[in-house]
Amino acid sequence: MIREITLGQYYPGNSVIHRLDPRVKLAGTLVFIISLFAFHSVEAYIGATLFLAAVITVSRVPLSFMLRGLKSIFFLMMFTVVFNLFLIKGTPVVSFWIFTITKEGIEMAVSMAIRLIYLVIGSSVMTLTTTPNDLTDGLEKALHPLKKIRVPVHEIAMIMSIALRFIPILLEETDKIMKAQMARGADFESGGLIQKAKSMIPLLVPLFISAFRRANDLAMAMEARGYHGDEGRTKMKPLVYHGRDKMAYLILLGYLVVMFLLNRIGFFAGLWGL
Amino acid sequence: MAIKIEHLNYVYSAGTAFERHALKEINLEIPDGQFIGVIGHTGSGKSTLIQHLNGLLQATSGEVYYNGENIYGEGYDRKQLRSRVGLVFQYPEHQLFETDVFTDVCFGPKNLGLPAEEVEARAYEALKLVGLKEKYYKSSPFELSGGQKRRVAIAGILAMNPEVLILDEPTAGLDPKGRDDILDQVKMLHEERGITVLLVSHSMEDIARYVERIIVMNRGQVMFDDTPREVFHHYRELEEVGLAAPQVTYLMHGLQEAGWDIATDATTVEEAADAIRRFLK
Repeated sequence: MIREITLGQYYPGNSVIHRLDPRVKLAGTLVFIISLFAFHSVEAYIGATLFLAAVITVSRVPLSFMLRGLKSIFFLMMFTVVFNLFLIKGTPVVSFWIFTITKEGIEMAVSMAIRLIYLVIGSSVMTLTTTPNDLTDGLEKALHPLKKIRVPVHEIAMIMSIALRFIPILLEETDKIMKAQMARGADFESGGLIQKAKSMIPLLVPLFISAFRRANDLAMAMEARGYHGDEGRTKMKPLVYHGRDKMAYLILLGYLVVMFLLNRIGFFAGLWGL
Repeated sequence: MAIKIEHLNYVYSAGTAFERHALKEINLEIPDGQFIGVIGHTGSGKSTLIQHLNGLLQATSGEVYYNGENIYGEGYDRKQLRSRVGLVFQYPEHQLFETDVFTDVCFGPKNLGLPAEEVEARAYEALKLVGLKEKYYKSSPFELSGGQKRRVAIAGILAMNPEVLILDEPTAGLDPKGRDDILDQVKMLHEERGITVLLVSHSMEDIARYVERIIVMNRGQVMFDDTPREVFHHYRELEEVGLAAPQVTYLMHGLQEAGWDIATDATTVEEAADAIRRFLK
């Protein structure tokens, strides 16, 4: 039953995007998101669409997986669109009862919708093509300079990867305990809210105990193998930039320049008109 | 009066990349009062199989009948079924949750909606059956030793008065004495109450000593289903699927190869000792 829930979004593959250094993908996602919000001409949106489409094609992850993330922001998007549509003042287009839709409102609503959708798809590209472990590794390395101002970067990354690793374990454990209590006649489905909350006790108590037991075991196992934090710790697979990563950075830079120019097309067009 | 399994198939995560055919075309009949051992390599499907017997898993296809009634039938009371077919999971002590031992054992019968006196009487009886000393009844289950916790957990199932008792590796992680204690108590239950017992185990010695029938699972299918004597006769095939026969089987075969005129079908140490004594006379 619970086993069916898929965790983490990683879609196994071997495309160039999959093999890129996680730092490149982090930087790329950041650049893409910034470009979405910094530029706002029709041409710039066309540029962003082409770039996103190209990356998705190269990653060979089915489009349906990319769009899956949109479900979770559906309501947020609807709110944004509706509010922008009705509340922005400007030249009226349609007007009924107390509502007025303006030209500026439509423009704003459409561009906000596009931004939100691309934001989600853009970050999905990263999470779908990078394993959670690679992602935390990349984050640790990328944030390394923050150590100078005493941010415990390594510890944060370690906590993140352990937490991610524990999710499937605890889910499996939940499934097991649920079944064991059902074998003793427990009922997790029927009853009102209070009855349901009460029926969770036989599940939650053993689950907590098991989580602490596992955490304790893991801490012991790590210490037994000489884990002592970040100081002097080496990696089995250190992150090293390859040719393709440098190439990717160049493409990103190119993308930024093109976007900047596309955003200015209106401006240049004005110049030529003189 | 029995459990009957017909053309049972079970597929994990059907339709995804993680699809796995865990049980293939299982046909079994389990008459009342048998003591059955289920053996199989890790991932052979034995745990999946036993979870069908009390309706915890819904078969992908095929039917399971309990006392002639289809347990997947509409309106069939599966909660009632679970009290009749008691299933003790692996490491059952991990499901203890109450503040004291006695209340924890009461959980099962209480869920059946029995009156309070009946619940307590059953819990008391079950704890006595597993041989836990009375001074522990009011202590926290987390203060007990591993073996004691496991007895409490088994008592939690017994308190529901099951007609069939299924134990998934009940001796895993116990010392030899704890192991013998628990298995002897199960044996006693089987003899005194006449309940059907299914014992899932990795230990061929345990299986050979207690059961009258062995079901060998391999890759989701029933490989052998016979008396221990017959099953261990195929010890070479058992080895091929990562299992083994009891040590004495190898001893007897070794003796025969060394030229002794001796029967090789002994499955327990006692039987082997008898055979050797007879030969030496």
